[in-house]
Amino acid sequence: MSMRSNDAPETGAFFGRDRTWHSPALTPGYKTSVLRAPQRALLSLDGTLSETTGPVFGHGMIGELDNDLIHNFAKPGESAIGERIVVHGRVLDERGRPVRGALLEFWQANAGGRYRHKKETYLAALDPNFGGCGRTICDDEGHYAFRTVRPGAYPWPNGVNDWRPAHIHFSVFGHGFAQRLITQMYFEGDPMIWKCPIVNTIPDKAAIEQLIALLDWNNTIPMDARAYRFDIVLRGRRSTLFENRLEGN
Amino acid sequence: MLLSLDALKETPSQTAGPYVHIGLMPNSCGIEGVYADDLGSVMVNDKTLGARIAISGRIFDGAQTPVRDAVLEIWQADHTGLYNSPSERRGTADPNFTGWGRSATAAEDGVFRFETIKPGRVPFKDGRMMAPHITVWIVARGINIGLHTRLYFPEEAEANAVDPLLLRIEHRARVETMIATRTGQDYTFDIHLQGPSETVFLDI
Repeated sequence: MSMRSNDAPETGAFFGRDRTWHSPALTPGYKTSVLRAPQRALLSLDGTLSETTGPVFGHGMIGELDNDLIHNFAKPGESAIGERIVVHGRVLDERGRPVRGALLEFWQANAGGRYRHKKETYLAALDPNFGGCGRTICDDEGHYAFRTVRPGAYPWPNGVNDWRPAHIHFSVFGHGFAQRLITQMYFEGDPMIWKCPIVNTIPDKAAIEQLIALLDWNNTIPMDARAYRFDIVLRGRRSTLFENRLEGN
Repeated sequence: MLLSLDALKETPSQTAGPYVHIGLMPNSCGIEGVYADDLGSVMVNDKTLGARIAISGRIFDGAQTPVRDAVLEIWQADHTGLYNSPSERRGTADPNFTGWGRSATAAEDGVFRFETIKPGRVPFKDGRMMAPHITVWIVARGINIGLHTRLYFPEEAEANAVDPLLLRIEHRARVETMIATRTGQDYTFDIHLQGPSETVFLDI
């Protein structure tokens, strides 16, 4: 992990999760949730060391093409088919601090909406030069970037005619295991977003909007790729207001 | 107008979906040549200290059917109770133990498996020692936000009896949902997402 030498890691407990902002477990419009949602209340626990600590990954594990989905599965000299885009942004915590060294993993369908997965049966074709996975680690200011093709929408067996909007799945590691997050990124202006039962598991429109990447014209690379900006916010940590406590406040 | 505290909101969670393996363990689902290894598939090496154990189990849905498309991650202390994390300030954990592992439930039978070591005890916030435990996080299709729970060890009855978290479970019959069963060095930890045997899940 890249850490400034004069910057001790934070050890405080995390802000409680606002579970009215996140989706509830039971969201019958998304049918699979019905039998997979716990029915009893969660047991709440203010963070102990088991949750305030977490794995942190070194830049050394990242290969040269890990953040380039256009090329990381392609045959030499070839590239994936689709709208070339750069997705970038920052990972911050709820206090607005950069989460340096955060590991991001992402996965997606190809330009036609087809995933490279044996359980996927959609009739749109695989792209022989597209795998669909990537990863990167944030720099000291929390910035990340990767290159890919814009994924297509695809149908799924939920309602009779449900289609997922174009999306990229993100998995994020902060510094504590309690910050662990998996989410999905959508694209500005996509009319499919507001029809999607998975998007609509989120109760608050403002929370949904937090998942929509904006077209970032200023960072578009002329004659190459358009850019989308997607910032991610992980849980904040309490400041250590009273130092005599064993772990944070 | 009230003073704004100006805190950002956490990015909302979304389900990992049925194809989570593409991103988290591409080699295991046939996307080879992108990463050398799947992250989290190995937690120990020849030099890791502590008692070797294996943990396996299944996740059942509300119809008692095994969930065959979940991914689990575990996070635990080393054999002395230290975490391999920059925010561990009590000492230096065993460098040959990652403390973190990732496993999918198999598409055929829904079984997940970790090869790890038995963790040492870690203090609670007030200094009381918690019983040895492993933090477990589950994502899958149909799960909108990752579920946290803990695995405790059946041979630690004395420590479990005074564990600060287990003591907080009001319905005592539910305590056993967090305790694995043991055969030698193999532990079985079945997780029930809903129904009469529902596992205790945590808001941490």
